[in-house]
Amino acid sequence: MSTRLATGGRLLNKTCALNFTFNGKRMSGHAGDTLASALLANDQMLIGRSFKYHRPRGVVASGAEEPNGLVGMGEGAKFEPNQRVTTTELFEGLTAKSQNHWPSLVFDLGAVNTKLARFLPGGFYYKTFIQPRAFWKHVYEPIIRKSAGLGKAPKDRDTDKYEHFYAFVDVLIIGGGIAGLQAARAAGQAGAKVLLLEQTAHWGGRAPVDGGTVDGHPVEAFIENTVSELQAMKNVTLRNRTMGSGVYDHGYVLGYERVGDHQPGAAGPRHRLWRIRAGQVIAATGAIERPLSFAGNDIPGVLLASAIRDYVVNYGVSVGDRTVVVTNNDDAYRTAITLKKQGLIVPVILDARAEGGGELALQARELGIRVENGKAIAKVKGHKRVTGVEICAQAGEGAVLEEIDCDAVAMSGGWSPVVHLWSHCGGKLNWDEANAMFRPDATRPPTGADGEGFVSAAGAANGALEIQELLKDADAAGKAAAKATGHSPKRKAAPKGEAEIETPMQPVWLMPQGAHVKLRMKSWLDYQNDVKVSDIQLAAREGYESVEHAKRYTTIGMATDQGKLSNINGLAILSDALNQPIPQTGTTTFRPPYTPISMASIAGEARDECFQPLRKTPIHAWHEENGVYWEPVGAWRRPYCYQKPGESIDEAVNREVINTRKSLGLLDASTLGKIIVKGPDAGRFLDMLYTNMMSTLNPGRCRYGLMCNENGFLMDDGVVAKLDDETYLCHTTTGGAEVIHGHMEEWLQTEWWDWKVFTANLTEQYAQIAVVGPMARKTLEKLTDEDLSAEGLSFMGWKDYTLDGIHARIYRISFSGELSYEIAVRASEGRALWDKLMQAGAEFDVTPYGTETLHILRAEKGFIMIGDETDGTIIPQDLGLHWAISKKKDDFLGKRAQQRAHMTDPNRWQLVGLETLDGSVLPEGALATAEGVNANGQRNLQGRVTSTYHSATLGRGIAMGLVFGGPERMGEVLSFAKLDGTDVQAMIVDPIFFDKDGEKQNVR
Amino acid sequence: MSDNVSALDKASYEGFVKVEEAGLRGMITLRGDLGSVKIKNAATGVAGVDMPEQGHANSVEQSGLAWMSPDELLVMLPYGDVNAALAQITKHLKGQHYLAVDVSDARAVFRISGAGAREVIAKLCPVDMSQDAFKPGQFRRTRMAQVPAAFWMGEDEAVHIISFRSVAEYVFNLLKNAAAPGSEVGYLNP
Amino acid sequence: MLILTCPVCGVTGEETEFHGGGEAHLKRFGPGSGDTEFHGYLFTRENPKGVHFERWRHNNGCGKWFHAARCTMTLEIFGTYLAQTYEPPQHIKDAITAKRPGWKWREFS
Repeated sequence: MSTRLATGGRLLNKTCALNFTFNGKRMSGHAGDTLASALLANDQMLIGRSFKYHRPRGVVASGAEEPNGLVGMGEGAKFEPNQRVTTTELFEGLTAKSQNHWPSLVFDLGAVNTKLARFLPGGFYYKTFIQPRAFWKHVYEPIIRKSAGLGKAPKDRDTDKYEHFYAFVDVLIIGGGIAGLQAARAAGQAGAKVLLLEQTAHWGGRAPVDGGTVDGHPVEAFIENTVSELQAMKNVTLRNRTMGSGVYDHGYVLGYERVGDHQPGAAGPRHRLWRIRAGQVIAATGAIERPLSFAGNDIPGVLLASAIRDYVVNYGVSVGDRTVVVTNNDDAYRTAITLKKQGLIVPVILDARAEGGGELALQARELGIRVENGKAIAKVKGHKRVTGVEICAQAGEGAVLEEIDCDAVAMSGGWSPVVHLWSHCGGKLNWDEANAMFRPDATRPPTGADGEGFVSAAGAANGALEIQELLKDADAAGKAAAKATGHSPKRKAAPKGEAEIETPMQPVWLMPQGAHVKLRMKSWLDYQNDVKVSDIQLAAREGYESVEHAKRYTTIGMATDQGKLSNINGLAILSDALNQPIPQTGTTTFRPPYTPISMASIAGEARDECFQPLRKTPIHAWHEENGVYWEPVGAWRRPYCYQKPGESIDEAVNREVINTRKSLGLLDASTLGKIIVKGPDAGRFLDMLYTNMMSTLNPGRCRYGLMCNENGFLMDDGVVAKLDDETYLCHTTTGGAEVIHGHMEEWLQTEWWDWKVFTANLTEQYAQIAVVGPMARKTLEKLTDEDLSAEGLSFMGWKDYTLDGIHARIYRISFSGELSYEIAVRASEGRALWDKLMQAGAEFDVTPYGTETLHILRAEKGFIMIGDETDGTIIPQDLGLHWAISKKKDDFLGKRAQQRAHMTDPNRWQLVGLETLDGSVLPEGALATAEGVNANGQRNLQGRVTSTYHSATLGRGIAMGLVFGGPERMGEVLSFAKLDGTDVQAMIVDPIFFDKDGEKQNVR
Repeated sequence: MSDNVSALDKASYEGFVKVEEAGLRGMITLRGDLGSVKIKNAATGVAGVDMPEQGHANSVEQSGLAWMSPDELLVMLPYGDVNAALAQITKHLKGQHYLAVDVSDARAVFRISGAGAREVIAKLCPVDMSQDAFKPGQFRRTRMAQVPAAFWMGEDEAVHIISFRSVAEYVFNLLKNAAAPGSEVGYLNP
Repeated sequence: MLILTCPVCGVTGEETEFHGGGEAHLKRFGPGSGDTEFHGYLFTRENPKGVHFERWRHNNGCGKWFHAARCTMTLEIFGTYLAQTYEPPQHIKDAITAKRPGWKWREFS
């Protein structure tokens, strides 16, 4: 059984007990435990089920590479699935639940799949669910969906906080092991601004577990001294619990800080995403031990040798009482020695190498441990827990020589440098034949903005696995990075690391070498996705020879651990099956993040009220207090209508339309774009921007204009007011304000940069209120004695007034066909003016109206709306706006394009009015059908609806649309298809439905 | 004047730094050739501060000049002084090619003060806020989360932020959340 | 995420402060131009693997347009320069030549 030892546990505070539950069972651990070590201390070996076969699984590793130990943590709003037990720090009250089993962890029905494993080989999904086709939707998919997925998605809203932080450094070092510490010291001493990130809570990485000395002192002393030295340096920052998640272009790196995971309930964010820009990045990310591929290597109790050692040394936890060690290298002997020194039993060390190990092997023998060279595990025995191993010769096919009882197996297949961060942004790798590993190729690094390399690897991540080489390598990397960022490294030798001399490892990709198929079918490569040696071999046989294809066919390396343990072993098996060397097979691409990071940390501050900016007019609060029904227009919120108690939206709109036409309406038009264009060339400039002539406008007057892009398509419209000889105010649509200002600046800066024109976007400087209806003038006259008569301010004129003490600019323009004044005042006085107008208009039954009434009023008048009648493919000529296109001007934006053959095609659909014969409202976007069908068998079309409303004024549906033949077909009846399959008939009419002569807006 | 209200009517929040909407500030966008002596004189004349260098702002209390681009200055002054200043600029620059417009009401101004002010900005803007990179007097136009913003720092290390008026509430909420107690980063202000 | 230096205001910022604006050095053709010229102006764009000239706007900053010479393969920035020009300035061309001898882009080399 796994249990807590009486001694050991250098990371624990044994005076501080912590209670937690696993699947409802109460357990206890110590401060400093990970959830994994605490579970093991409570003899909880079985932690989850595998993805496909639902095989029993326990932890196999002790760090970020753990593939099996995933649990759901927390409850309700704090619930989070797929939390890795090996990287979860234990805290008081932690609750964890196992995943991927039903109905219970111990008795799991899905485990029947393991009996069917013969029928579930690699590519099984692709082969099995093809026929019959109808089965996919009704049989296969529902079953797969039910059994797929590991954790359950949380149901409640996450109540934690998350944030971003931007940091800029010369040298960013990822990994706080001894390599990272030494690199930071070398770079820091050179004066570089250094940030050192460590994903765990502790400094020094696994060096204290592996042992060795630095400059004659135990490595722990080196770590302690270096950390305090670094902490004292002003130019160096150390952040633990922060993972280097991804390396991106131009020195951009994401750091994932788990601020609150270990102290739930504390103030502050749970996670902080560091958005770091670094001159140089050093990946001091260490190495990960590889499993060995033997039958039953996934049974709970089979762990990486380094992990078993970690649990003993760091957490005082023994995984088993009797641990068989199996290895192809010297390092695993350290595990045997550690166990033995703790008084635990190591029945045998199986060294697959015929020649065996070096100094460490000698030490093991001296401790009385039995060592068998050239031997291997044929098969692990046990189901939910290891009960023993069958031993065979590594060179053979698995004939059992001996059976040994044990309750744990420590395996080591050698070490793989963690090259992920080196590779994220394009760093290339070389295959190191002697050590059977991929190492960063320093001559092909990821390159930055200046074309030079900006990432280096240091220490074990660079393939320098032993402390002697490791410290030298890290020191050099730190100095080189400091130099590359303009600093002068000190001429100081690297600290001297010493440890036992290791004899070379020997690659063992399959154990035993000639394992027969029954063994290979039980030799796991990818624990999480249940990929075995036999699956990769099958993929190769079936022609999936590219590593990328084999990966997708078998799903190896595609689980949440992203193949940290399985990639190299899988690659080796594939290479062997293809009979080619590993580098020729290549490797898959490592992509960020290094381990999964929370979605919420990516969102950062962008949630709740900060999810997206909401633009509010100065009158927003009034709308909110008066029954508004909002319509989002870009980032603005505009009133769609205002509902009185008991009123439906339609009723509210009808009331607003009727009252405005009858008496008086008010519209908050503050969102309209307002752009000042000034300078000696302003007129000339606007003549290029608008299709009609603006330069001839007189001060005090307004003119409606159309703007097209160089493709000839209509992009915006609005009223231009001439303020003085060289100053114009251009109104744009609400959505167009920033776009049109940008459009103006683009042409001024990049084409006509010699023209003397300045622009400024004054959209938000003014609140703008439209006072609309027959009583508009009477209302305003209550607020001023100045002349508002037709003589004082005629239609399409503007003038400055003082309205009850507020300076106002009044434009007599109309988008409704009514007598209408648009009043612009400073934004800070917008609400005050609105209140005054409401008061002054009270006797005329003043009716605030929203965008829907605005639309109906304009549609009744046949005015087009950008975004309704236009969609980015419409030219003004399509809309009968020839009158607004100057024939006198040599040039304007879009003119040349409007001469292209397709634009002058008489068959282009033209704008018309539409009236249903039955008075109903045409559906939005309805299509007018024509005789016959097209090549796809669809009905031919001859037009479409662009705007459609119920007109309360006329008591019937009105619409505008683009129709083949357009106005020439006046009086013809078209058939429009409705969604329910029926048709509705509508007659082509003049698009001006109301007050055709414009008497109302032009009233004297 | 009593009718004029700023976007958030001087809302404030006390976190690990203090966040305040600073109320209405007079602002004039002055566009022209910033190399021209006339433009410089017009600007410094109404603001009462020296012409700022590229990327800088000079300010004394409510008044100041901020360098927006090679052809744009932001003139800051007490809200009530804008019309007089515009008249003075117009007089001074008669015959010149320039643009001077009141933008006071198009903006919201915030002040964040306290030791962690740099860190609050560094949570929201992609700008190096370390002391050796961003110094009092520098003026930075950038992005604050999802909206454009500009800020500068006084000698007291308080940061002054300008945003558009319509998004004042969004900006205030951003600053408020970034300044929440317990969320100190301890990186720029260890 | 790229970093760019705005040659107008001098700010070096990350990509989110800028907005890409397509190919640089386009020559406008207006009324009076032939169909082929106009078609080329509107629609024909370079899509090189390697040296490229493009327009950027410092939209979350000084608001000005500028040009950048960039390698589309490695994302190396050879330099940025003012937009008020009809061709890349000599120092930009030299910077590219130093890194990519023999480069060609439209009529420039």
